[in-house]
Formats: sequence, C-alpha cells, structure tokens
Amino acid sequence: MNEATPVLLEARELSRLFPVRASGGLFRARQMQRAVDRVSLSIRAGEVLALVGESGSGKTTLGRMLLGLTAPSEGTILYKGMDVATRSGEAARSFRREVQVVFQDTGGSLNPRRTIGQSVALPLTWHRGLDARAAAVEVDALLEQVGLAAAHFRHRLPHELSGGQRQRVGIARALASNPALIVADEPVSALDVSVRAQILKLMFDLQRERQLAYLFITHDLGVVRAMADRVMVMHQGRVVESGDADAVLNAPRDPYTQRLLAATPVPDPSRQLAPQRT
Amino acid sequence: MSDSELLLDVRGLSVDIGQGAAALRVVNDLSVTVRRGEAVGLVGESGSGKSMTAFALMNLFPSPLARVAAGQVLLEGRDLARLPPAELRAVRGARVGMVFQDPTSYLDPLMPVGRQIAEPLRAHGRTDGLEARVLELLDMMELPHAARVARQYPHELSGGMRQRILIASALAMRPALLIADEPTTALDVTVQAEILKLLMRLRKELDLGILLITHDLAVVAETCQRVNVMYAGQVVEANEVGSLFAAPRHPYTQGLLASILSPQSRAHSLFSIPGSVPIAGHWPAGCRFHPRCPIALAGLCDSGMPTLRTRGAGADRCLRSDEALAADAWQRNEAAAS
Repeated sequence: MNEATPVLLEARELSRLFPVRASGGLFRARQMQRAVDRVSLSIRAGEVLALVGESGSGKTTLGRMLLGLTAPSEGTILYKGMDVATRSGEAARSFRREVQVVFQDTGGSLNPRRTIGQSVALPLTWHRGLDARAAAVEVDALLEQVGLAAAHFRHRLPHELSGGQRQRVGIARALASNPALIVADEPVSALDVSVRAQILKLMFDLQRERQLAYLFITHDLGVVRAMADRVMVMHQGRVVESGDADAVLNAPRDPYTQRLLAATPVPDPSRQLAPQRT
Repeated sequence: MSDSELLLDVRGLSVDIGQGAAALRVVNDLSVTVRRGEAVGLVGESGSGKSMTAFALMNLFPSPLARVAAGQVLLEGRDLARLPPAELRAVRGARVGMVFQDPTSYLDPLMPVGRQIAEPLRAHGRTDGLEARVLELLDMMELPHAARVARQYPHELSGGMRQRILIASALAMRPALLIADEPTTALDVTVQAEILKLLMRLRKELDLGILLITHDLAVVAETCQRVNVMYAGQVVEANEVGSLFAAPRHPYTQGLLASILSPQSRAHSLFSIPGSVPIAGHWPAGCRFHPRCPIALAGLCDSGMPTLRTRGAGADRCLRSDEALAADAWQRNEAAAS
C-alpha cells in the first residue's frame, strides 16, 4: 500500500464513553467509562487493516462508530475527506452505501423469514435503485460470486444453511451495494476450522477483484497474519501497538501484544503447557 | 496399561435421538478410554457428536428424545449406562465432575458463588466442614482472597473467574474424572491459557483423569496425552498426541491439521477441506468422509462402513490410511491437479 493511494476512512481522536453505575446509591453522579479512548486510524483504498484485542478492549465499539451505528462521544470520522457527522443527502447515502458490514453471528444478522434471495436483493433495490428483475439477475451473480449455486440457494431460508453458507450470504449482501470498505467483525470465529479457511480465501479473492478495503475485527492472530497488511492492537480502549502486520507479530514491542502472542495455542505437542502454579 | 489404571472405558457407545424408524443415530460405535491422571482430547467440528457423547456419559441429555442406544460406559469398572437413576446420581458429581463452555449459564445469579461450590457437597450428604472445603477449593483454583470471593455473586466475577468457580464446584467431591466440554471456548486467549494451565496442574496434583472436548486441535496439542478425532458421529482416528500431530493417518485429520492457521499461513494459499460437515441424518454411505476425501476410491470407500482398526498405539477408520500415511492425502491431490 503506497502513500499515493487515497485515504478512504479516517478517524481522529475517536472516543466513546459509556455510563457505568457508581456504587453508592441511585443519585450519585454517574461515572463514565471510556470504551474507546482517543483512537486515530486511517484505511486506504484496497487496504486490509486488522483490529485485534480481547473482549472489552473496545474493538467492536470502534468498529460500530466507524460504521455510523454508534455515535462517537468525541472525535471525528472522515470518509473520503468529509466529516461523516455533518454529511447529509447524497453524501450521507454514499457513505452508507460504500461502507458495509459483515457480522460474526450469521444466524442473527439475516432475517429468518426472508429468503436468501430477498436478503441479498434489498440493498440492490434500496441503494442501487434496481427494479425487481434487474435485482434478481444481480442476486444470482452475487450468490455465484460467493460460491453459492444461485438456483439452489436463492429460495432458501437462513435456517436451512450451514454457518459457512450463511456467512457467504452475509458477504454477498455486503457486496450488493458495491462497497469500497467492509467492516468485518469476527467474520470467521463462529465457523468450523475446516470451513474457516474457505471464507477467508473468498474474502481475499473478493478484495483483490474489487479493490476492497477491509477492517478486520478479530481476536485471532492467525487471521491477522493471513489477511492483514497492517494491524492495530487494542487493550482497554487504547491502541497499544500498531504497524505492519508481519513486523508487529514477529517482533511485538508492547507487553500486552507479547502476552497475546504467547497465549495463542500452537498445534505442537512438544510445546505442552508446563503445569506449574502460576 | 493395567486395568486398575483405566478410569473411564467407553465401549461401542451409540446415541439415538427419537424412537423406532424415525430414530437418528448421532453417535455411532464410539470407544474412548481415559486413565487416571491422563488428559484425553475428544476433537470434532460442530455436528460431529462430541457434545452428545459428553451428555451420554452422564445421561444428561438436553432432550428426553435422546438416549443411549447401545454400548457401555464403564467408570472404575461399573457400567453407568445401566445404573438405576438413584445410583447414577450418586456417581454424578461425586466420581465425575463436569464443566461446560458457558460458565455464566451454569451459575445461579442470585446465590453467592461459595454456596454454589458447596452444592455438590450438600447434594451428596456432606453437612460439616463445608466452608473450609470451599475455601480450600478456591485457593486450589488460584483465586486470591478466597473468603471474599466466596461471598460474591457471579456478576461480580470475570468470565475466567466464573469458569474457575465451576471447576471448583466440579472438583468439590474429589472426583476421579473431569469431563470438560469446550471449557475455554468462550474465554479470551490469555484467560484460556490460564484455565488450561490450571487444569493441567490439577490433573497432576489430584491424579485427575480429564476428558477434554473441544473443536480446537491446538488446545489439545498443548494439554492432552491422547486424542480422539470425531467426524460425523464416529471416532475416525485416535492416537497419542505426539504421533497424531507428527503423522496423522486419516485424510480428515490431515486436512484439519492443515486448516489450522500457522504463522506461515497467507490468504492466497490457505488450505481448506472442500465441502462442509454433513449433518446427522445426511451422512453418506460407506466412509462418511469419502465425498470430501481426496484419495477416496469409487467402489471401495463409498460402500460398507470402515471399522476403527487398531495399529500400534493408535487406530484409524480409513481403508486407505497406509496411502495417506505414506504421502499426505491432500498434497497428492494438488500434485495430480497441477
């Protein structure tokens, strides 16, 4: 990724505060917890940035702010150089269209009563203004592109599909509005080991074909290594380390990143955990 | 191995859901052993029947439709599958402890955790020394300030601490066997490493047999002495961990190992097993892996059920495992394709 590639999405000093209940009564002043603490980042067109951290690190809240699903308490988000908060009309619509999301829980993010075809068609009619016939043709093309035989899957309901197949549908739906950036929040962590690589490979191929940028939110360092150009490690709302993915994972400087790497299990029985008291 | 070392000996276990012609066999002819002080992994993807196996061992099925259809579950020589309910209750929680994936849903939110740890003691008729035993257990779980933790409620504790509470409760009666079904799957990696270390220390100190049920081969590699790989309701390969990871013999095991993301994995060259895990009721005839297998032979692998053949310390359920062992099943396919 070179410096000439335009910056797609930029966040400046982004914070999100959540109220936490203070112990000691109903009328005590509410304390605020910083779930995300002054995080700045930028994603260039066609770039894969991984956001790594454990639960509670603020990575999902950050992802939601970048999607416009959670309002930032402080800071600004620029999409193609324009402030997202003050956009309106066509500018706001293009942000909504071009920044899409793929969730972890494919069971919960697809409407259970809508067929696969209907779910994928919705952004086509809504964002791209296609009529029903044109949308149907495009749905088939999208399903085939994510490796699902359209004739077989078009009329299925989500519960008839396996987790891997549902995630393919989730990706097809995100692609339907021709996005420039996809925020993928743990897209493979609910999938079986033998299927996980299929989805990662699909996402990689699509990224190459369509010059997509990804923000990959994950706790899995293996996924980071396989997919990311750059990585940001979050801990307790702050970015503790960031940089080129290989450089960070091969020689982590921050103690938290080092702990995360050391704790990741390795499929090598000769390195069994020593059962001493910690 | 002498018989006195053998703690759990499951022989030919089959589990059915439903009755008669509508019955669906979800676990088929499964045999697993655990010795005293040994950790044994039961690995499989979703739908492989590994959790059903855990339920079957203690007859704790989530639905009354599921039942043990065949086989023996010998614990210290007694067949649990044939014990009357009252006698099984005396074994459950006393000789065998259990921990599950989601610690929150197994704790009562309205009861201090110390009392919950003492529950198995009370259920098995202990009335005195409960408090001392609870504090002893909390200390064993490496929880600081044991007395304070005992008075706390589940919501005041982190996920890792809650899992420690459940392990303490499972071990309260000093069982010989611990069945752990995905005990660290819901936890962060750093917490997972701590819990696994704890389990391994308890195995040594208490001479505890552990049956670790998980989808994660890397977790097994770090903790277990032996491993059983399940696919579509059957054990397809069993061996000592060292041998299984160094020289897997079943193409499915080979594929699973190749699917693990290593530091060298890059998106453009990721390995995956084609197709997906078939669900119960849609298992193919013959070897259940043959539609996804790169070295399956028509006329050999697609008819008749291969048996689990013992060879050396291990066993596998593949008619072509000699070929798979000689040259990795998946590399051969790549060479043929290119």
